Amino acid sequence: MNFRQAYWDEPLLMEKRSAPDTDVDLADLVPAKIRRQHLAIPNLSEHDVVRHFTRLSQMNFGIDTGFYPLGSCTMKFNPKFTEELAALPTVTRIHPDQDESTVQGALRLLYELQGLLAQIAGMDAITLQPAAGAQGEYTGLLLAQAYHRERGEERHEVIIPDTAHGTNPASAGMLGFDLIEIPSKDGRVDLKALEAAAGPKTLALMLTNPNTLGIFEEHVLDIAQIVHDAGGLLYYDGANFNAILGRTSPGNMNFDIVHFNLHKTFTTPHGGGGPGAGPVGVKKPLEPFLPVPVIGLNGRGYHLNYDRPKSIGKVRAWYGNFALLVRAYAYILRMGGDGLKEVSERAVLNANYIRHRLTGVLDVPFGGLRKHEFVASAAKLAAEKGVRTVDLAKRLMDFGYHPPTVYFPHLVEEALMVEPTETETKETLDGFVDALAKIVKEDPETLHSAPHNTAVARVDEVQAAREPILSWRTAKARKPVS
Amino acid sequence: MPSDEDEMLREMGLRSVDDLFADIPAGVRIQKLDIPDGLPEDRVVARVTSMLAANRTVVDMPTFLGGGLYDHFVPASVRAIVSRSEFYTSYTPYQPEISQGLLQALWEYQSLICELTGMDAANTSVYDGSTALGEAARMAHRIHGGRIFLIPRALRHNRRAVLANYVLGTGIEVREVDYDRESALLDLSKLKAALSPDVCGVYVENPNFFGRFEEQLEEIRAMTNGVLVVGVNPIAQAVVRPPGDFGADIVVGEGQPLGTQMNFGGPLLGIFACRQSHIRKMPGRVIGLTRDAKGHRAFCMTLQTREQHIRREKAMSNICTNESLLAVGAAAYMAVLGSNGLRRVAAENIRRARELAKAIDAIAGFEAPLFHGAHFNEFVVRRKKGYAAVHRALLEKGIHGGLPLTRQLPELSDAALFATTGRHTPEAIGRLLGALEALR
Repeated sequence: MNFRQAYWDEPLLMEKRSAPDTDVDLADLVPAKIRRQHLAIPNLSEHDVVRHFTRLSQMNFGIDTGFYPLGSCTMKFNPKFTEELAALPTVTRIHPDQDESTVQGALRLLYELQGLLAQIAGMDAITLQPAAGAQGEYTGLLLAQAYHRERGEERHEVIIPDTAHGTNPASAGMLGFDLIEIPSKDGRVDLKALEAAAGPKTLALMLTNPNTLGIFEEHVLDIAQIVHDAGGLLYYDGANFNAILGRTSPGNMNFDIVHFNLHKTFTTPHGGGGPGAGPVGVKKPLEPFLPVPVIGLNGRGYHLNYDRPKSIGKVRAWYGNFALLVRAYAYILRMGGDGLKEVSERAVLNANYIRHRLTGVLDVPFGGLRKHEFVASAAKLAAEKGVRTVDLAKRLMDFGYHPPTVYFPHLVEEALMVEPTETETKETLDGFVDALAKIVKEDPETLHSAPHNTAVARVDEVQAAREPILSWRTAKARKPVS
Repeated sequence: MPSDEDEMLREMGLRSVDDLFADIPAGVRIQKLDIPDGLPEDRVVARVTSMLAANRTVVDMPTFLGGGLYDHFVPASVRAIVSRSEFYTSYTPYQPEISQGLLQALWEYQSLICELTGMDAANTSVYDGSTALGEAARMAHRIHGGRIFLIPRALRHNRRAVLANYVLGTGIEVREVDYDRESALLDLSKLKAALSPDVCGVYVENPNFFGRFEEQLEEIRAMTNGVLVVGVNPIAQAVVRPPGDFGADIVVGEGQPLGTQMNFGGPLLGIFACRQSHIRKMPGRVIGLTRDAKGHRAFCMTLQTREQHIRREKAMSNICTNESLLAVGAAAYMAVLGSNGLRRVAAENIRRARELAKAIDAIAGFEAPLFHGAHFNEFVVRRKKGYAAVHRALLEKGIHGGLPLTRQLPELSDAALFATTGRHTPEAIGRLLGALEALR
């Protein structure tokens, strides 16, 4: 495929010619002591502003632009009808402090979404409050701590396999817990290492299944047994939920707590970094600790229940990322139980197909099946030709593909983590494999200097970190920037 | 022609897609999800639309709620810009060469936030104003080392609750400083009594919970050696001196007023900005300015060694997914309005709130604003005979009054916090005043 991204030498908003400031008489409105005389934000024409951001958008790649096999991020098609629903005034123009009687539709939707997510995860209760997966983890660990405390136990060790997402250790670290990282064996949890790590101080094991190599932890029930026998809880990182819909559930695998990434599995658009939504599901014994308010239903209708003496409190101001929850709810209704099962089937088929076709192109360490993603390695290429994963990634852009996740998980050298998702056709997958097959045979110089067809050439990330310029104010204070 | 599925299976030498799930042990398998089968798109749209029709929007029902979220007008251009699918269907810009557009937009957001707040650096957002406060307390502790973090007692309770959870695991103790009963501003004598070398930071809001402009930032700065964290309303910032002028270290706030709808409380935009000297202790994603291999100006995510995917358990925060699209929307909003528009909106808010307070105050039995002095766009209304009945009576007439303060501050159980942004029509205001009049 040939691809050439647009390039505009687009000035910064602050570099554009501004219309003069108009006087706003604040004398009577703001006390002199704190009154502001001037605000250095340019006054531009609306047309120019729209044109500015349109040009910027043309220098950006989304899943509507092309294939985006970013491992662990589940970049699948974002349906357009859910955008229309989320733009309804009955979504956008309601205030979260409104009396319950005036937001019955919103509360009902949240209540029903909780029910659907509980079924999908095999859990007993759900909170929709967390804003993203990482906040779901934070919430889940708080719930685990509350559960242990209720039983008179202070446990502070969190066990994490070396394949875990960085948010797992970071969430545990934020709460001051001690981290026990266990090494993998053949790309799976090493049961012996887990047995050695689990004990009376174990708060929880955080596990992603399938793990970040795309490998299903076949011994998950043994893993659960070891952790439960030690009195710890099992936390399911739902980042890879797209692999198991309708085939198994965290509940069936004996997990106690799970977070969802609605922006992955249930395809709410990721918005270039967010918003997301990270609901958390729990088994019955943890339900009393869920954040307030809990959405309930009684004879008078749907209501917000704050009367929860054992609750951990709140993790954010209101009830969750409602506009995203609306999209996820509509998506689940659209797909249904049958459709969601097909989602995982096709996602897994697509991943295994690419992996199969990459035989002879790139190594894929560790044997056995993969689920929705797999991790290839460019280690051999690096050794033989001096071409590294970063070079492959940059060169893929020239063919119109967003690169896979790179250099993660850490236990694979020169890693490329590929997650195609279910909404890609065989034609797209074939094109991607063909491009990779061509790239690995290319002259190393072409790769080292890639990308060639994107808006800008390879970006100097080292310089950005050496002398961080994070705003126009700082840039102006330093030196001319263009 | 064979289907994609059949062809891929055949090529892999598999009979059925079930073969690909053979690694899921029988003991954990399920046959299907116990939820209804899928529906056609038009039926889902009809069903969800009709379910949501049970909501009463602020269009259907004059609503005087604020308390952190506000019903500001959002120009259609802002919606159009964030609806560009190149923006909203992209992921975090890990690969800068193919993501320059979003990176520039986010860097411009950072720059505009810095202009508003007088800070040198801003991140691309945290989840909302409440988690911004939580992250700020943690950062103050990292910078200063002290154990105590001071907050105003007059603080929206949901912020207080989120803060309580965000300081767990740090050893930070949160203590409250009361407000002056006359001015409604922070009681400086109480602040003085609370300060000690062990105080790592002081948090103060401008405007404060009661909508009052906090006029004492200079004095508060002079009193404390700890980290000064200022919570702002970004629209109000257009007309008040930036916290940077007063020596603030960190500025946080709820960015929803900048071009995001209320959305029943989410998604929101956590503003987080700081001085250059603190940037390596800041949480969250930041975009930096640099060059490409050909010397062109370029942008990329930077200082990633602070973040979870590199630093893991030692990261400044666990945040990964944030609210970037809302940050782009905020940049678009500020760009569409410009300084002239932002200052006009802010001034209009002050004027309208003042007029509304005056009109309510004229009704026998009501006092508004309860606290004297300059307000932004909300104020406390008190009814000595009790407020709860007023709230119910208004609802019965299809009007939503302000936020009852019973659950917030017991001494104000006969009061509510009313907000207006300039969006209320004269008819809506008239209906409110008429309804209150009937209760005199």
